[in-house]
Amino acid sequence: MFKCKTSAEVGGMGHSVKRKEDARFLHGKGNYVDDTKLPGQLHMVMVRSPYAYAKIKSINKEKALAIDGVLAVITGEDLAQYNLHWMPTLLSDTQMVLPTDTVMHQSQEVCAVIATDRYVAVDGAEAVEVDYEPMQAIVDPFKALDDDAPLLRPDKEGQEDNQIYHWERGDRAKTDEVIANADVVVKERIYLPRIHVASIETCGCNASYDKDTQKLTVYLTTQAPHAIRTVVALVAGHVGLSEEKIRIISPDIGGGFGGKVPVYPAYVVAIAATFLIGKPVKWIEDRSENLVNGFARDYHMDCELAATKDGKIQAFKVSTLADHGYTDSSANPSKYPTGMFSICTGSYDYEHAFAELDAVYTNKAPGGVAYRCSFRVTEAVHAIERMVDKLAAEIDKDPALLRFENFIKKEQFPYESPLGWSYDSGDYKATLEKAMEMIGYDDYKKEQAEKRAQGKLMGIGICTFTEVVGAGPSKDFDILGIAMFDSAEIRVHPTGKALARFGTKSQGQGHETTYAQILAEELGIPYTDIEIDEGDTDTAPYGLGTYASRSTPTAGAAAAIAARKLRDKGKKIAAHLLEVSEEDIEWEVGKYFVKGAPEKSKTIQDVAFAAYTNIPPGLEPGFEATHYYDPPNLTFPNGAYICVVEVEEETGAIDVKRFVAIDDCGNIINPMIVEGQVHGGLTQGIAPAMYEGIEYDDEGNVLNGTLMDYLVPTAVESPHWETGHTITPSPHHPLGAKGVAESPTVGAPPAIANAIIDAVAPLGIKHLDIPITPAKVWEAIQAQKAKA
Amino acid sequence: MAKHEVTMTINGQSVTAEVDSRLLLVHFIRENLDMTGTHIGCDTSNCGACTILLDGKSVKACTYLTVRADGAEITTIEGLAPEGTNHPLQQAFHDQHGLHCGFCTPGMIMRSVDLLKNNPNPTEEEIRWGISGNLCRCTGYNNIVKSVQQAAKEMAKEKEATV
Ligand code: FES
Ligand code: FES
Repeated sequence: MFKCKTSAEVGGMGHSVKRKEDARFLHGKGNYVDDTKLPGQLHMVMVRSPYAYAKIKSINKEKALAIDGVLAVITGEDLAQYNLHWMPTLLSDTQMVLPTDTVMHQSQEVCAVIATDRYVAVDGAEAVEVDYEPMQAIVDPFKALDDDAPLLRPDKEGQEDNQIYHWERGDRAKTDEVIANADVVVKERIYLPRIHVASIETCGCNASYDKDTQKLTVYLTTQAPHAIRTVVALVAGHVGLSEEKIRIISPDIGGGFGGKVPVYPAYVVAIAATFLIGKPVKWIEDRSENLVNGFARDYHMDCELAATKDGKIQAFKVSTLADHGYTDSSANPSKYPTGMFSICTGSYDYEHAFAELDAVYTNKAPGGVAYRCSFRVTEAVHAIERMVDKLAAEIDKDPALLRFENFIKKEQFPYESPLGWSYDSGDYKATLEKAMEMIGYDDYKKEQAEKRAQGKLMGIGICTFTEVVGAGPSKDFDILGIAMFDSAEIRVHPTGKALARFGTKSQGQGHETTYAQILAEELGIPYTDIEIDEGDTDTAPYGLGTYASRSTPTAGAAAAIAARKLRDKGKKIAAHLLEVSEEDIEWEVGKYFVKGAPEKSKTIQDVAFAAYTNIPPGLEPGFEATHYYDPPNLTFPNGAYICVVEVEEETGAIDVKRFVAIDDCGNIINPMIVEGQVHGGLTQGIAPAMYEGIEYDDEGNVLNGTLMDYLVPTAVESPHWETGHTITPSPHHPLGAKGVAESPTVGAPPAIANAIIDAVAPLGIKHLDIPITPAKVWEAIQAQKAKA
Repeated sequence: MAKHEVTMTINGQSVTAEVDSRLLLVHFIRENLDMTGTHIGCDTSNCGACTILLDGKSVKACTYLTVRADGAEITTIEGLAPEGTNHPLQQAFHDQHGLHCGFCTPGMIMRSVDLLKNNPNPTEEEIRWGISGNLCRCTGYNNIVKSVQQAAKEMAKEKEATV
């Protein structure tokens, strides 16, 4: 277990100190993008396509422009004059900013109305007349590759069909051979539907260009302000926006979860609009626009798991069809088009695996965001964890026992996975044992047997996942060529208080507290004396931002190392003050002392003061340090989740009775915050497991594009979560930490699905795709009855 | 567009303004009065980010016309406690880590004020149903429930102390 090195007042690692950022939010003083109001503020509203696929015959602006207060209607033709009507996606595809001739998905931006008032802008948007010629949309991704399917992207040179790319990893021939000769092979097509991050704050921006200074300032709901600044400079450099004149400010963010990484077309239109008009232009997405544009998941995975007859796993194969909508706008590292999907071999020790994926275009919104997971880890974990349970059911073995018998053992770390990852550390057995003990697994097994004897449906579901987070080492990880390091810059003031700035951006994770705690741990300066600043590209050091659980693994490490640089400098100053040589100085949290004479000491505050007032000869004045951290490896948080459910046979109603989550995220900075992150992630895990999924009809219309029919769980649907920890520090991270916030989103859906499927297994049901709704359960039960 | 004069009390201050008949109360508060603690998270009255107190009852200000609030007494998150102090709910959300991004928080707190007024000693289940008109995407609700429980206890103590 982790032992705190600092006092509660200093508040270093392991202390559940209360959050420093809370006060402004509690008093209504948060500053979110929609709260910004600039002199001469204008408002922008997008006109969007009612069709999934249509030619635009004409756009008539006249009636809109006749409305008092409407200043401009911007179309794709207008942007084309500046060559701004298309933009690159983060994954080297192209996306329309505004269309000149064709719309590719329902709700695609068609043109923008700029007005002096929000209401007038909406009036204007309604008055714009667009003449469309609808075409037959491709909605089913399996039909996108048919010979007679229309070519959706003729604009792309060399594009002959609707396939975006094929990707594969592993040894296909050997894996096929092992599967062909195995005692037992279980197969399933598993679908993870389109979902949306649905942060309670939607996306938006307030863009302001000053024609005199030629400076563009954009308040933006973004998780990655620096990356966006560079993208804007790349996209709009040719019209004269150069990077030093672009300032991206990511103020308070009302939840990100991956949905605030991409560049949305309306951001670019707002920037173009302020550039042309010279007044600030604000665009705030409404909820329907938010839910219908952008998405996560949408993987159809054909899985095969092979094992010996007593359940020793031998090989795993998964072939995936990925529906990307009309463009691949995933925000993945460029060498990883499918993200970290190859973590799909899971927490188990076996030799052979093969994964392949075909990505296709359809007439749906683009996205493919890493929704609270490290680029497709959720899909990967769902595949393997469902298949392991399926294997257990097939050979009639307790799914916990099957996992114990196949786990990678503690001594095997670092473990080289069959698809090429080097897992850093873990103790999977201890973690699952802890979860089983906490929930009372054996008792539930007995209760289940009794209930089954009475004809009642009760299920127990397990998920023992391994994640791969903290992208990443620069030799492998980049976005648009920019290496995925992150940064920290610390300034200790003469009075011993400090300001630290980071290239990441909190969206509720509590960085203002946890980063201060890391510095308190390393420097002994109380966390209350340290201000944390993020999100303003004019002041923060360059970094790739916060997503994929990368803040603690990268920027957290940068903070620790920058602090250690300061400590080294401080040692020289302390030696000077104590009139001994540097070798005679020792460090203990918060102070330097003379070896063998601990009464002769100087505090870090004394040293900071001297750095400005009594500088040793030859030493550079000041007490500041910066570090850009390039991680040597990723970190591999893991956990064991167990869920108990009851299902009512007559109605299909599902009651989640218990849910226990044991996480191993290495050393913990703030247990209170980690627990809170786990709670939140678990609710975002039950959401797709039981409630959420974006549905389309045959014409490509979204059927549930509002919060009335897209069911984000309330406090009633969300169970009372029970959490706990095991701690296996990361051996390569300076703090031994791993990152945590995404584990629950990744681990909860398979645990819940496994529990529900286990409950209905006595009726002969072997698999259900998420979201597993009562209606779906009921239908499956009826289908079984009809068979019998 | 027809204009109407409205007068109301907001956080103890009387306000008179000329407004369009279609102006939603949430926009009046945010844009006209520049009090941005009341948030907007949806367009279908589902999220509760816009919850305020109107004549003592929690109301979703995104589904209320400003003209209808003529003569009303309104409290927003900014006016819940005197500057520099915390209402027991604000204190409890801080103590129990009942907020992450803070976007749902003002609405959650205003809703909970009403909940505790009508049910000073709610069970966990009553709290969960009581805040089910407010969505939070970050916290998983466990700690929001705990926050409301802590505030209920504190407020009961305060009440006892005053009788
Ligand atoms: S803004 Fe969502 S309920 Fe009012
Ligand atoms: S704290 Fe982010 S929505 Fe509730």
